[in-house]
Amino acid sequence: MSQKLLFKDIDEPGLNTLDVYRRRGGYEMAPKALAMSRDELVAELEASGLRGRGGAGFSMGKKASFLPKTTMDKYLVCNADESEPGTFKDRELMTKSPHMLIEGMIIAAHAAGANRAFIYIRGEYQEVADILDAALVEARDAGLLGSLQLVVHRGAGALEGKRGNPRLKPPFPANQGLYQGPTLINNVETLSTIPHILRMGASEYARIGVENSTGTKLVSVSGNVQRPGNYEIELGVSSREIIYGLAGGPPAGREVFFWFPGGSSSPVLTKDDLDLPYDFDTLAKAGSMLGSGAIIVVDDSNSIVDVAVKLASFYRHESCGKCTPCREGTNWTTKMLERIQSGLGTPMDLDIMASVQDRIMGNCLCVLGDAMAMPISSMIKKFRPQFEAYMENARDAAGTAEALAAQGAFV
Amino acid sequence: MSIEVRRYGHGSRVPGWDEGADLSKDPSPVPDPATTPVPEELRAEIETAMAKYPDRRSAAIPALAAVQRRYGWCTPEGIEQAACVMRLTPGYLTAVATFYDMLETTAVGRQTIYVCTNISCSLCGADELLAAFREEAGDDAEFNIRGFECLGACDIAPMASVNGVYVGPITRDEVPEVIAALREGREVLPGKHLVRRPVADPAANAPKAPTAYGDEMEGDAAGPPAPIEQPPTPPDEGPSTTTP
Repeated sequence: MSQKLLFKDIDEPGLNTLDVYRRRGGYEMAPKALAMSRDELVAELEASGLRGRGGAGFSMGKKASFLPKTTMDKYLVCNADESEPGTFKDRELMTKSPHMLIEGMIIAAHAAGANRAFIYIRGEYQEVADILDAALVEARDAGLLGSLQLVVHRGAGALEGKRGNPRLKPPFPANQGLYQGPTLINNVETLSTIPHILRMGASEYARIGVENSTGTKLVSVSGNVQRPGNYEIELGVSSREIIYGLAGGPPAGREVFFWFPGGSSSPVLTKDDLDLPYDFDTLAKAGSMLGSGAIIVVDDSNSIVDVAVKLASFYRHESCGKCTPCREGTNWTTKMLERIQSGLGTPMDLDIMASVQDRIMGNCLCVLGDAMAMPISSMIKKFRPQFEAYMENARDAAGTAEALAAQGAFV
Repeated sequence: MSIEVRRYGHGSRVPGWDEGADLSKDPSPVPDPATTPVPEELRAEIETAMAKYPDRRSAAIPALAAVQRRYGWCTPEGIEQAACVMRLTPGYLTAVATFYDMLETTAVGRQTIYVCTNISCSLCGADELLAAFREEAGDDAEFNIRGFECLGACDIAPMASVNGVYVGPITRDEVPEVIAALREGREVLPGKHLVRRPVADPAANAPKAPTAYGDEMEGDAAGPPAPIEQPPTPPDEGPSTTTP
């Protein structure tokens, strides 16, 4: 059984209160970290090999080291928006152990030299934000925050109060982020892990997991599995063990059709990939990514087209419309998929759709468009026969072949 | 067979794109406090929000949320009032309000049910659930029932956020009960609230030394591991790791 760090006491009644959290060893690491110099602390975090748990998987310590060492106002932002479909680990962490996050932020703020910090939480998580607010009041009243100003920002998006449009990078947030100041942005799980790293020591933490993917990771398993939920795993265990062993696999009599290993933005993998070890590098080598650690399992009772439509229409809805490839690409991909559903698709549509994805990737200011292009193009590549069979059936069902032929269309 | 495509003005499929702005009017300036009455509680709420940030515009969304809580949606008057307190133009706040899903810019019912219809939930029957909610509520204007993008609760799929409270998994038979509970002001499916759900990982929550009787020891000293299901050992006979 793998080691539990984040989930060790997670269902302890009252863990969301300062009392119980402290009794479980909470807030012992913050003073220890504050006594270290900034460089020592960053070095410790870098040595732990901790990679960001939000999706990009960038070294946490390295990111903190990019912030300038001057005395200007610097910011720490905890991204608690958790907007990647399939991901729900941060919600569970914040609901049950809000102080773990706050302690992690106190330490990370010291590492970044930040004097103001924000927990940017999505508007939908009202209950979670209430819990965080209460925990923050407790921590502040107990004097644990020191000089750090920490605010829970309930967004429907947007910490600066603007419409959510991306801008050109560079400058990266480490130089110019929130309010044009140097900003360190980390995910809830990343920040919550920091106290544990300090407790066990970076080298001990780095021993968990595999090379380049150290530590434990929360995976959110959902979709067609019998026991959906969050599991804390050691990085490098087999994916089959997670999907079948922990989450129980698809309902009896059904099989895995395909699965998203890291949220709906990750290229899909098939049932032949189930024995891959679940870590950053292996999944990247398999042409996908670990992303936010959200595994969505789709079983063989579903059709590829229906899932693709859901996926594409999500990104169409979320596209802000600033960059043309994303705005038009997500829209046209959805329309083409809907056309296939209605029985008007032709195999040529698949080629057009694939070429649209190629034209989105890397051509926008942010990666939202890419996040649709990657899974959709992997679906077309891996499941072309299924797409074509679906088209045939849909055309037969709609009886459109004759109607189209009568209009002179190529069928 | 012909395919019906709904068309709006000038043949577009997008409603309202061709409704021009009234260019004969001046753009609305920052509202004058002397002529814009703002309810005291609303003003206080917005000012508290503004005080939290180095830049007052950061309070735009909290302010609009406060307007929505007060008036049921972001009414033009409400936006005017918020703009007055924040010293911004109503246009700026309207631009923000129209961008975000949770801010309503038309009148809606007070009882909100957001049904998640993203991938994980739809694999578990969310589209049928949404249709069932719509059917059950009928044309009752009290209800604001919407399909929503991933709400971050795929572990309880299919689920809904009912007035901000996450509830799931909801079966179709429970839909009438949810609507009835909202109409009668009762708690919605109390047994299915997400915040009360234990974590799925069976190996989480490492078994602890028996501490059920009396205060816990400093530092949580290690005792013999006890399976959670077992009743705690009485203190006088049990391993002496607890302070009496």
